[in-house]
Amino acid sequence: MRARHRVRELAQQAGLRLVDQTKFVTAVSELARNTIIHGGGGRLRAGLLLDGARQGVYATFEDDGPGIPDVQMALTDGFSTGTGLGLGFGGARRLVNDFDVRDNPTGGTIVRVATWR
Amino acid sequence: MDRVNRIPILKLGHLLLVSIQVDMHDRMALALQEDLAERIAETGARGVLIDISGLEFIDSFIGRMLSDIAGIARVLDADTVVVGMRPVVAITLVDLGLTLPGVRTALTVERGMAMLPAPTVDEDPGDEEAETAGP
Repeated sequence: MRARHRVRELAQQAGLRLVDQTKFVTAVSELARNTIIHGGGGRLRAGLLLDGARQGVYATFEDDGPGIPDVQMALTDGFSTGTGLGLGFGGARRLVNDFDVRDNPTGGTIVRVATWR
Repeated sequence: MDRVNRIPILKLGHLLLVSIQVDMHDRMALALQEDLAERIAETGARGVLIDISGLEFIDSFIGRMLSDIAGIARVLDADTVVVGMRPVVAITLVDLGLTLPGVRTALTVERGMAMLPAPTVDEDPGDEEAETAGP
């Protein structure tokens, strides 16, 4: 809960429009839930991005869970192994500009999302 | 669970009104489902209005919670209308791919009320007496 507020603040600081702020916060909420359900909990980091004149906001989710055997499958709408609606991954990807999933070198999964102004 | 963590349910004539003014966490959403089911059974309400104008976003959990509430109300013989969704929330919801199955929506409380059943004659105690008096 506190994380969502913090992420909202960051999205505001990055100068995102209200609709993009809302999309980003929704994606973060979706992915945070994913991390808890599938990854057994994890770490959320978020911050501002600066690339030349471009400003943005990012969030990374890192867990020590079993990892994702088939990332492409996990990104498909309706695919779910948990108790959600199966929109978690594919849905969240549509709400952000950048979406990246990779194996955590120490086991588990790292998801990184970003949206630019 | 603490009282402060519960969302109030107001009786408005033959309807129940729930106004969600904070971003709900999961336990709060589950408590609302239970509380609302109890209140529908207790009051015999025929309609439920859920005002979500205070919600800054709807993720798949909250979306499913709204669908579940509408489904629970339906089997308890009450209709549900969700009112007051913010435009940016609507845009995000569609992007996310959420369809809120079984949930009817209206822009305002007034329009939502118009979609719900009007009070019926048999809910008026006066008429019941007249019936038992009979011919």
